[in-house]
Amino acid sequence: MPELLLELFSEEIPARMQARAAEDLKRLMSAGLKDAGLAFDDASAFATPRRLTLVVDGLPKKSPDVNEERKGPRVGAPDKAIEGFLRAAGLESLDACETREDKKGEFYVAVIERPGRSASDVIAGIVPDVIQKFPWPKSMRWGTGRLRWVRPLHSIVCLLDGKVVPFEISGISSGNETRGHRLMAPKLIKVKGFEDYRDKLRDAKVILDSAERAEIILKEARKLASAKNLKLVEDQALLQETAGLVEWPVVLMGEFDKPFLDVPPEVLTSSMKAHQKCFSVKGKGDKLENRFLLVSNLVAEDGGVAITEGNERVIRARLSDAKFFWDQDRKKTLDERLPQLNDIIFHEKLRTQGKRVERLKKLARELAPIVGADPDKAERAAELCKADLVTEMVGEFPELQGLMGRYYALEQQEPESSEVAQAIEEHYKPQGPNDAVPNEPVSIAVALADKLDTLVGFWAFDEKPTGSKDPYALRRAALGVIRIVLENELRLQLNDVVRPIFGNWRGKMPLKKSSVPIPGTATLGAPDTTGARQDLLSFFADRLKVHLRDQGARHDLIDAVFSLGGQDDLLMIVKRVDALGNFLGSDDGANLLIGVKRAANILRIEEKKDKKSYDGAADADVLKEKEEKALHKAIGQVTGAADKAIEEEDFEGAMAALAKLRAPVDAFFDHVTVNTEDKDKGKSLRENRLRLLSQIRTATQQVADFSKIEG
Amino acid sequence: MEQMKTSVKKQRNDALRPGKSFQDLILTLQHYWGSYGCVILQPYDMEVGAGTFHPATTLRSLGPKPWNAAYVQPSRRPSDGRYGENPNRLQHYYQFQVILKPSPADIQDLYLESLYCIGIDPKNHDIRFVEDDWESPTLGAWGLGWEVWCDGMEVSQFTYFQQVGGFDCDPVSGELTYGLERLAMYVQDVDNVYDLNFNGGQGPSRVSYGDVFLQAEREFSRYNFEYANTENLLRHFRDAEQECKALLDAGERGEHAPHECVLPAYDQCIKASHIFNLLDARGVISVTERQAYILRVRDLSKACCTAWLRTEAGGTTHA
Repeated sequence: MPELLLELFSEEIPARMQARAAEDLKRLMSAGLKDAGLAFDDASAFATPRRLTLVVDGLPKKSPDVNEERKGPRVGAPDKAIEGFLRAAGLESLDACETREDKKGEFYVAVIERPGRSASDVIAGIVPDVIQKFPWPKSMRWGTGRLRWVRPLHSIVCLLDGKVVPFEISGISSGNETRGHRLMAPKLIKVKGFEDYRDKLRDAKVILDSAERAEIILKEARKLASAKNLKLVEDQALLQETAGLVEWPVVLMGEFDKPFLDVPPEVLTSSMKAHQKCFSVKGKGDKLENRFLLVSNLVAEDGGVAITEGNERVIRARLSDAKFFWDQDRKKTLDERLPQLNDIIFHEKLRTQGKRVERLKKLARELAPIVGADPDKAERAAELCKADLVTEMVGEFPELQGLMGRYYALEQQEPESSEVAQAIEEHYKPQGPNDAVPNEPVSIAVALADKLDTLVGFWAFDEKPTGSKDPYALRRAALGVIRIVLENELRLQLNDVVRPIFGNWRGKMPLKKSSVPIPGTATLGAPDTTGARQDLLSFFADRLKVHLRDQGARHDLIDAVFSLGGQDDLLMIVKRVDALGNFLGSDDGANLLIGVKRAANILRIEEKKDKKSYDGAADADVLKEKEEKALHKAIGQVTGAADKAIEEEDFEGAMAALAKLRAPVDAFFDHVTVNTEDKDKGKSLRENRLRLLSQIRTATQQVADFSKIEG
Repeated sequence: MEQMKTSVKKQRNDALRPGKSFQDLILTLQHYWGSYGCVILQPYDMEVGAGTFHPATTLRSLGPKPWNAAYVQPSRRPSDGRYGENPNRLQHYYQFQVILKPSPADIQDLYLESLYCIGIDPKNHDIRFVEDDWESPTLGAWGLGWEVWCDGMEVSQFTYFQQVGGFDCDPVSGELTYGLERLAMYVQDVDNVYDLNFNGGQGPSRVSYGDVFLQAEREFSRYNFEYANTENLLRHFRDAEQECKALLDAGERGEHAPHECVLPAYDQCIKASHIFNLLDARGVISVTERQAYILRVRDLSKACCTAWLRTEAGGTTHA
């Protein structure tokens, strides 16, 4: 079965774009081949700094023949209709058509035979199209050409079973030649197929697979480190990036002066990583050592001496800067920096960082008792938490915000230092779904304050995330709140918590048309914040749903709990969903669900038919059969028990109580006919039984809306 | 392509010692790019923040006409002054600028060859093209390219111009900017810019970079940060802005006639840009004002570029 090899050879592709580009190439080519009827066994894509490569195995030699029938106008239809039909079908005259007959008479049918095309022809059509439509995050033109690519595209290898698939795009003809490493093997290389290509590239100092390059870097880096009794500080993101910067990785070890080790290790690591893409190493006691590992793209004639020296020099200059910042920054306390925060605009409408700190202090103090933190410490941590933003170090390395605040707080021997300092560092956390959640009470108070202040502020001014646009990372902030609450098992009535925060913006919020007070009824002053608050709560609800779904919870159970309404205690929502999931997994739960759904269905149909609701209690005097009496009694008992359990937040207990309904519900449906004309004491048995069913619905609704549950 | 490379290589001038003298580094690059066919220009005689501001780059990168030029451009960044105390930060430094329009297919090879000429042998040095996109808000210009690393140090900027003055570049120019002091520090193996050997002399005839520029760095740092009269500067900014607009109006001969006064107007735009940088260094421009000033300069540069496209060198032929 033929194999397709495609290589797009260009100038250096940004490291961060390579993996995605390889995936896109595979996806677009696969789709193109499949659409053209070329099914295949397997496709793999690769990227190096200078090439995107795709290999497709098991392609057919040609696409299948297709016969298509197209129904045309009736015999005797106006000429215009017939002409249009012929044109659309690509036929010269009606002679090429068949006529068929149906109930209404004779009509024309065009039988179009499309013989399969050779795979080579199909591919020659697809590749230029894929190149032109390629979804680079940023693309460019070069020279006099019109083509867009991430950087200038130089050559294309396109071989089907070893033969060149001929096509041309913007002056570049496909062929069978590529190049090896820019400096070590710049000559043209003729290739026959994927294996030949991969092997020849390896001979020409190019490792095609980025995973293999990363593996080599990791192995070599560990080896060099352990030769000096050191340990590599592993960093997956840096590993991927360096693998995207070289075609032939050569790891070298450099050294810097020991006194730099006085600077906090995170600063050294950040500096070496951010600017120079170098790895750090640790020695005994997990302490950073004065060496680093660099990844070069060259087997140098001098064994890498010049490269190492050059890098050492740059690292020295970088670390000198970092040390300078560290020394300068410590000349001032964080408190002395606070006034500077008044000059930094946090957001045009949300005012300066200084104002923000004032809000955070108040909020952290208010949240402290809820999360079990010392209010003074929470307020103090909030006061200092943004001060490092105006340090030189954070100006240079924004990713060290918070962490530097901790260091500087410890340096100034902040009273109660450890908790306050830790909170300064941790208040930005969690930064994403995989980041750790703070669990010290003071940290929790400030972390929640930071996120809630941001969310409420943006909601107050109606600057909410839309679609893929979330420039202020508000989704992440909401997820942060959710994770902090859940992982620390915090009890928080969100509605009560956010209400006073909206108060910060009362009188400053924009008046929306919908919230303009009706004349005569309005009290003087600020617009109401209720709408924005409810909107924010439903945003939280959405984020919680996404979070729970990511955790593997069933979306229908989440809906079943949420549709109860008025839910703003995140922890309780989750507990309810958990309990519901467990209950439905049991035999009693599964069967009760069937019964409840049956009851709900009957009710829905009958209520619609009668155009009235059967909500309310059944009349005990009109119960006739023993099964309906039993059910009536059971509902009474279960409701009481479930109510009590829910009051005690014992959702498992509430479910267990509900489970007792199963047998009477089953018995009821087995022996009692709901839709009956009979009457008892002059009252309709049917209506009474429908009320009984509605009581089942009401009873179960204490824990969840069973109608939302699937199955 | 291979053939042209060797011919360029032959032009390497062995009398020059770019690893020993700052001026020989410049002469070597001039020689190299001159041999390639570039017009070797002298620096533009105005204060600019980067070689890109030279009309030989900004304006010539617009329009259809081919254009290859190279030149040294003294560049002023008032905020980068450190009173001569920092070993590698200067408020006045040199860029070597190459503009090739249209960008040739072998531009990367040409660049690597130039490094070889100044003594950086790619067989022993790790040369890397690391993503770095360029944007000049004041020029309304952007391009894609790289910063070029030599053993981890950024030695050049490499940009394919996509837009200048808000206009698409067609054809696209390739721009190479060498940071001359950095490169010289590298090839001369010194850690302090002021220790660079400027003239290649030894003993008493040796002149260092510090001999030439240290006093200037100190004095201009004082001027930039302390002494510059901001009231005057604010007025100069307005004057330059008005003059630029007035000149563009004066040179206007109607939509279908060539524009007659672009280059003098563009000088005023350059002037406004530099005065803005000075005001910025003096710390008299607030965050919100800053954006407004940038936009004002951009409006000027856009207007100049628009007019340029209606001149002969901008590619317009008028009957």
